[in-house]
Amino acid sequence: MKSSAVVDDADPQIHALAVAAMSGNRRALARLISLVEGGGAAALQAIAALYPHTGRAQIVGVTGPPGAGKSTLVCEMARAYRQSERSVGIVAVDPSSPFSGGALLGDRIRMRELSGDPEVFIRSMATRGSLGGLARATADVTCVLDAAGYKVILVETVGAGQNEVDIGRLAHTTIVIQVPASGDEIQAIKAGMLEIADLIVVNKADLPGADVMVEVLEAMLGLQSPPADLHHVLDAVSPVTSKGSPSGSGDWRPRVIKTSALRSEGIADLIEAVAAHAQYARASGRRAAHEREYAARQLRSMLQQEMYSRFLAQIGEQEIQAAVDRIASRQEDPYSAAIRLAATCRLSAGAA
Amino acid sequence: MAEKIRVLIAKPGLDGHDRGAKVVARALRDAGMEVIYAGLRQTPEMITEAALQEDVDVIGLSILSGAHMALVPRVLGLLQEHDMSDVAVFVGGIIPDEDAAHLIAMGVKGVFGPGTPLEDVVNALRCEVVGH
Ligand code: B12
Ligand SMILES: Nc1nc2c(ncn2[C@@H]2O[C@H](COP(=O)(O)OP(=O)(O)OP(=O)(O)O)[C@@H](O)[C@H]2O)c(=O)[nH]1
Ligand SMILES: [Mg+2]
Repeated sequence: MKSSAVVDDADPQIHALAVAAMSGNRRALARLISLVEGGGAAALQAIAALYPHTGRAQIVGVTGPPGAGKSTLVCEMARAYRQSERSVGIVAVDPSSPFSGGALLGDRIRMRELSGDPEVFIRSMATRGSLGGLARATADVTCVLDAAGYKVILVETVGAGQNEVDIGRLAHTTIVIQVPASGDEIQAIKAGMLEIADLIVVNKADLPGADVMVEVLEAMLGLQSPPADLHHVLDAVSPVTSKGSPSGSGDWRPRVIKTSALRSEGIADLIEAVAAHAQYARASGRRAAHEREYAARQLRSMLQQEMYSRFLAQIGEQEIQAAVDRIASRQEDPYSAAIRLAATCRLSAGAA
Repeated sequence: MAEKIRVLIAKPGLDGHDRGAKVVARALRDAGMEVIYAGLRQTPEMITEAALQEDVDVIGLSILSGAHMALVPRVLGLLQEHDMSDVAVFVGGIIPDEDAAHLIAMGVKGVFGPGTPLEDVVNALRCEVVGH
């Protein structure tokens, strides 16, 4: 992403798009999302225009292994929210191919029942090289939907193994999906995924083994003692520590909920649990702490990018190459070279 | 930064032949495009809505059922209604030559039948989007 864009001389076209999107124009909304996704100066301007109007939506993340039923469940959840008149934005992320840069985005296939409802907006996103389970711009896209007035924003991550935990930082409530599995497969449950869970769903509860899975997960979370016949399995998986709260009131215990997204069962229970978590997060200060944590992380990372690109521009490619030569020929070590070059830079934008 | 080409691939109507749509979707992905695969049994309304939300450059319709002369004009009409005539529409499947000529006259950018090399499909889409 190109940075050092000056945000204050806002492009009137982007401003107009933002105004249109916020007053319900879905075409403008779609365009803005593309702008934000594309990055660069236009994205910065769009976010600057929208940001003051954000912070109202409830962001719910849905993650879990490939094929666990994330899209199907997101569709069912959206239907439930629509029954209580809440508008729903959906961001569904699928991986980009590392070889071609292209992507096949298939989550919409499972969401056909939502079509025709003007209070639902579904957007598919490719990761474009990001590895944390979301795209770089997913958070910004939720901002756009938030500003456009969608009350609930459901974010579906790529099919996640264990390292795709970005959703835990973005979402106010994170749902981790598991499916019924055999003893061997249970050993493959990764504690890392459960650590980001505010709620755990055992989906495909219409298939055999769901109750055992619930017991195992509850045992892993320390919510109950493990079923006797599964002791050997559980010895192999590490126990999970709840992510708790930075404000020191980490007394939330993730619940385990059974659903069958296919048969539309257990959805009301799940929606209720999401509401209970949201309620807890607000009352405990967890939500406010979460927002600050997220803001701090974003600010630091933007500062890093901004300083890096300014420094790079000041130093110039020639100097960089000269330093690379010296490092490669062992005349200078990489650490000293970096410090030496950084020392020649000025921080203020000025005549960069 | 070059913007990614985004394509919606959909099968309108009750036609269950989805091999061609899937093959084309994969080829476009392998050519670096972002392909939203909407799947089977899409109504023209669903297709237009998805194209709007996904802000695609191209809509690709795969039709082997013979219903193309009923379905394609409805998609084109809805696009016009929503001020989305800048979205390029391509059609593939079993389309007799004379129908193909009619579709092109109505504004479809290209029609591709069985045996079309995937390269030709990729190139046609890319030319249409980048050429503008
Ligand atoms: C395989 C096949 C089937 C399979 C489908 C499996 C599947 N999941 O896809 C099965 C056995 C299920 C089937 C069933 C039927 N079939 Co059938 N089937 C075929 C067959 C032999 C090949 C189709 C195929 O997969 N080709 C391979 C793919 C890769 O090619 P393609 O789809 O043409 O795609 C290429 C191009 O057209 C183009 N393209 C396609 N889509 C798109 C989209 C875009 C955007 C672009 C740019 C390009 C593009 O690019 C592709 C690559 O070159 C054709 C005959 C034929 N030779 O085409 C008949 C055919 C399509 N079937 C036919 C019929 C009648 C039927 C049935 C009604 C038969 C029946 N009475 O039961 C049923 C209906 C099923 C249904 N629900 O719709 C007729 C259609 C007649 C018509 N349109 O007038 C055909 C033409 C056979 C015939 N000569 O009569 N069928
Ligand atoms: N039996 C059963 N199948 C389900 C259930 N929920 C989803 N499925 C099926 O599981 C398959 C995958 O569902 P998706 O919703 O696409 O799963 P996903 O997690 O979004 O998949 P990816 O996005 O590809 O990782 C589909 O065939 C669904 O019909 C369920 O509750 N029970
Ligand atoms: Mg999915």
